[in-house]
Amino acid sequence: MALLNVDNLSVSFVTRNGTNKAVDNVSFSVEERQITAIIGESGSGKSVSCYAMLGLVPSPPGRIDGGTAHFQGQDLLALSEGELRAIRGRDIAMIFQDPMTCLNPFMKIGDQLIEPLTLHKGLAKGPAREQAMALLDEVGIRDPQGAMSAFPHEFSGGMRQRVMIAMALINEPKLLIADEPTTALDVTIQAQILKLIAELQTKRDIGVLFISHDLAVVSDIADQIVVMEKGKVVESGQPKAIFGNPQHPYTQKLLAAIPSGQKAADTVVPDPLISIENLRTWFTPTAGAEPVKAVDDVSLQIHRGEVLGLVGESGSGKSTLGRSILRLVPMTGGQISFDGIELSALEGRSLKQFRHRMQMIFQDPYASLNPRMTVYDTLAEPLLLHGLVNKAGLEQAIRELMDNVGLARAFVRKYPHEFSGGQRQRIAIGRALATRPEFIVADEPVSALDVTIQAQILDLLADLTKEYGLTMLFISHDLAVIRQIADRIAVMYHGKLVEEGATAQVFETPQQDYTRSLLAAIPGANAA
Amino acid sequence: MNTATQIFDDAEKGSSLWHDAWLRLRKNKLALFGGSVLLFMVIVALLTPWIAPYSYEAQNLDLGASPPSAAHWLGTDIFGRDVLTQIMYGGRISLAVGFIATAVALVIGVTWGAVAGYVGGRVDAVMMRLVDILYALPFMIFIVLLMVVFGRNILLLFLAIGAVEWLTMARIMRSQVQSLRQQEFVEAAVSVGLSPAAIIRKHVVPNALGPIIVYTTLTIPSVMLLEAFLSFLGLGIQPPATSWGLLISYGAETMEEYPWLLIFPGCALTLTLFSLNFLGDGLRDALDVRGSKD
Amino acid sequence: MLRFMFIRILQALPVIFVVITATFFLVRSAPGGPFDQEKVVIPEVKQALEAQYRLDLPLHEQYFAYLGDLAQGDLGPSFKYPGRSVNEILFAGLPVTAELGLYALIIALCIGVTAGVFASLKPNTAQDYVPMSLAMIGICMPSFLLGPLLVLVFGIWLDWLPITGWGDIPGDKILPAVTLGSAYAAYIARLSRAGMLEILSQDYIRTARAKGLPEWRVVTQHALRGGLIPVIAFLGPAFAGLLAGSFVVETIFQIPGLGRFYVQAAFNRDYTMILGTTVFLSSLIVFFNLVSDIIAAWLNPRLRQQFQGGGS
Repeated sequence: MALLNVDNLSVSFVTRNGTNKAVDNVSFSVEERQITAIIGESGSGKSVSCYAMLGLVPSPPGRIDGGTAHFQGQDLLALSEGELRAIRGRDIAMIFQDPMTCLNPFMKIGDQLIEPLTLHKGLAKGPAREQAMALLDEVGIRDPQGAMSAFPHEFSGGMRQRVMIAMALINEPKLLIADEPTTALDVTIQAQILKLIAELQTKRDIGVLFISHDLAVVSDIADQIVVMEKGKVVESGQPKAIFGNPQHPYTQKLLAAIPSGQKAADTVVPDPLISIENLRTWFTPTAGAEPVKAVDDVSLQIHRGEVLGLVGESGSGKSTLGRSILRLVPMTGGQISFDGIELSALEGRSLKQFRHRMQMIFQDPYASLNPRMTVYDTLAEPLLLHGLVNKAGLEQAIRELMDNVGLARAFVRKYPHEFSGGQRQRIAIGRALATRPEFIVADEPVSALDVTIQAQILDLLADLTKEYGLTMLFISHDLAVIRQIADRIAVMYHGKLVEEGATAQVFETPQQDYTRSLLAAIPGANAA
Repeated sequence: MNTATQIFDDAEKGSSLWHDAWLRLRKNKLALFGGSVLLFMVIVALLTPWIAPYSYEAQNLDLGASPPSAAHWLGTDIFGRDVLTQIMYGGRISLAVGFIATAVALVIGVTWGAVAGYVGGRVDAVMMRLVDILYALPFMIFIVLLMVVFGRNILLLFLAIGAVEWLTMARIMRSQVQSLRQQEFVEAAVSVGLSPAAIIRKHVVPNALGPIIVYTTLTIPSVMLLEAFLSFLGLGIQPPATSWGLLISYGAETMEEYPWLLIFPGCALTLTLFSLNFLGDGLRDALDVRGSKD
Repeated sequence: MLRFMFIRILQALPVIFVVITATFFLVRSAPGGPFDQEKVVIPEVKQALEAQYRLDLPLHEQYFAYLGDLAQGDLGPSFKYPGRSVNEILFAGLPVTAELGLYALIIALCIGVTAGVFASLKPNTAQDYVPMSLAMIGICMPSFLLGPLLVLVFGIWLDWLPITGWGDIPGDKILPAVTLGSAYAAYIARLSRAGMLEILSQDYIRTARAKGLPEWRVVTQHALRGGLIPVIAFLGPAFAGLLAGSFVVETIFQIPGLGRFYVQAAFNRDYTMILGTTVFLSSLIVFFNLVSDIIAAWLNPRLRQQFQGGGS
């Protein structure tokens, strides 16, 4: 008898524009003391199916169409709201994706922590606080006493996720539902949180339902994997079977999309296109405050024709370094020369004329396109501005760009909101290529995309780099992605460059502790 | 710029955000109702000299105040003047104050906010500090004071009301520009090499327009309220000119005997304010001013 | 927090100074002296009067003398009511206006917050549409129209409530307070609905539900605090609005409060009275803006700590 048995669950959303089946006849189970992982891309219905059985899908627009969810012999879907409430937070607890927004910013952490205890067990505040502090200690919060009277904003993302975990476990639930609990975290923190969840799960004998989009993350911890696509379960089984012998084409596609392998080392002749010397970019948030040293004394060379992978966690200054090279943020000190020309000396017209030689691809394809311009206008703008084509040649040039980035020509008059994330990123890449640049800064260009789309865009970038003879600075937090696309790697930490070298060399013989910890944190070490 | 012809002749027509917004607005019955009533009011106000049933000055002291009748649909006042005619002429002034003072506020506020938001840094700090200080001033009292000191001049009324309302407009525009300036598509435009003027024109203004349109629609009713408020106190529009506020003020004095003198001008004002607010709320929903990605 | 209060008070002082200066010179630049309309033909009398009110001094000296008086809390004598000082008149009217404003504010808060919160709990249902339609009527029905209408219906046609006075007959405070408060009840209802909807869509509300908290506790313990911050921040401007509204309401209901004095002073061209009242009311408004800002900031832990010392 499984701890949780979901059978033929169907959920739909009723909106003005019609009914949308979000979950369609889904079945899965969680055994006691085991971890079941649900894998799927955005819109696959993986979260909705879990929220629905706990009555957390707002209705309307949500509607449960059928199915059962047996938990310890009770059908959750047949329970009244009051009965469900008695189970939520006591027998089934949840942790969520974004620890930054999941804790109440107006309440002290202690008050939030003891709420489940006072609510379900009727404990008085005093003993509840004792218990909460013990648990905070257990999840690795250093100063439990202080943490109790702190507000959430005083903690980092990783610490908040620890608090969330403590809050979920405080009533010793039988089942923990973890909805993408590490997606918003840096890779080293992700590794810590995953380890913590696995430890607590064994120690406390709980079943875990782990929802994720990331097969690599899941491969390390799951006993059972359920793959969902468009509201349906397409495959389920043990990790070994799923990874070793995937049956369904979608699972095969997912597996193929996991960034893997290493770029075949081209023989790049060391010929620096860009030389950065002692670059400093500091920000002063308010007058008189201590400056934030986003980039602090970085020296780096980017060679003609290479893809340099720049790795770092959030706040390491990697994006700022990229933007500094493009003169999108003012630099505080140091020098950057491009093809022998000193960039910091350029102003006004000369800077404008220079701009078409280097371009940028941004992370968020939803924000990097002007929502009020068609594809045609977006691509035409740089072409016309720099006089690269005349009116007659404009359409020809736009068609060529669209072909190159893999966009159907029929879409030329459409607006960004009519496209999917991957298509938008193609438009953005087309815009960057329009000026025929020599150098491109790609700032996390695939991290906002689903994993199958991510693979397509990475392939596209690799092809275009060759075709256009580009030099690229590829910024990412994801070492697996970097490994696949970069010739060389530079690692940043707290505004400093800590390590630099050929991709193989950095992966095989990392010199610095920080690089080693980054490498150790790559999920999926047990996979394949 | 959209001149794609031969190569793209099979291109599907895209649907711009403006088009989508129009489709949403068209489904909103209240907003459509508001828009139609408003349009009707404006047309009537424009045509009043030709379509008013009586002349503005016409009195009939023998008749005096009479309740609604076939000859005078909305009755007459104590001087025997036709109430409908009075309301029509009053509406001209009330609407004119609403639209003109809002236009004043719009021009000053949008320019001020756009400059502060785009230039940023110290200029922004100084400009917005000034707005903050003016914001803290009790303007209602100041307008009363202005009207007392400089006489009840309609031009001054426009300026004074516009001067109050531009502050919020400037704040909205600035926050729009500031958040747009940090958007990646503006960064992309910078990295393409577009000049600041072109960036403002092509990338910032079209995207900031939604909130500005919504706020403008919602400013008109608050301006009209302010005018009516001052006129009611006797500090706004002066006879022989008239406005809805003034008519309400006369009506309130004699409401015990002649309630229609209060009720009909009141209806005209309330109906117009309703329409503007419904239209504004509808536009807010249609243009999705709270700002979401999709 | 102390630092935040200190900064805000420092910011408020120049505002008050600007108000005093602007008002003073505005009033002094008014065409025609205060005694021109009166038939005081005898030059000696006029001179004596002008000396009494310091009108014979150069303008800048008048200004500094006035500042000096202000520093001692003296708003000067009234032009129109010889022998009475502006201070006396103000303090006679203040308690009445304060009481009226307080009732109106209580009405506005109670009705507004309740209606707004209820509407936000079931958006786009009757529970939302009914109170919000009423709120829309409240916004579109200004006090100078609502007041007379209420008088007409409840005072004259139904004859339930007295229509003038303040504290003379039982029940005569109801209509003025309702008239003044209703527009703000409407604003507050809309504000609290929007604020609550925003908060109720936050992730941490889902966390609270996942803990198994009953819905009323989710609302009262997790949502209200954040949801009502906009309402608190609105109280400053609302106070300014209530004062201005009292001009109309006190005129309609013939209540001997500050607002009515101010309007009368405006008509009588009682310059010292206008000047004094403007300075006094403005300072009050600035002060209440300050208080509502401080409360709103105090309710937000992030802001509170930022100003407690060091950044966050």
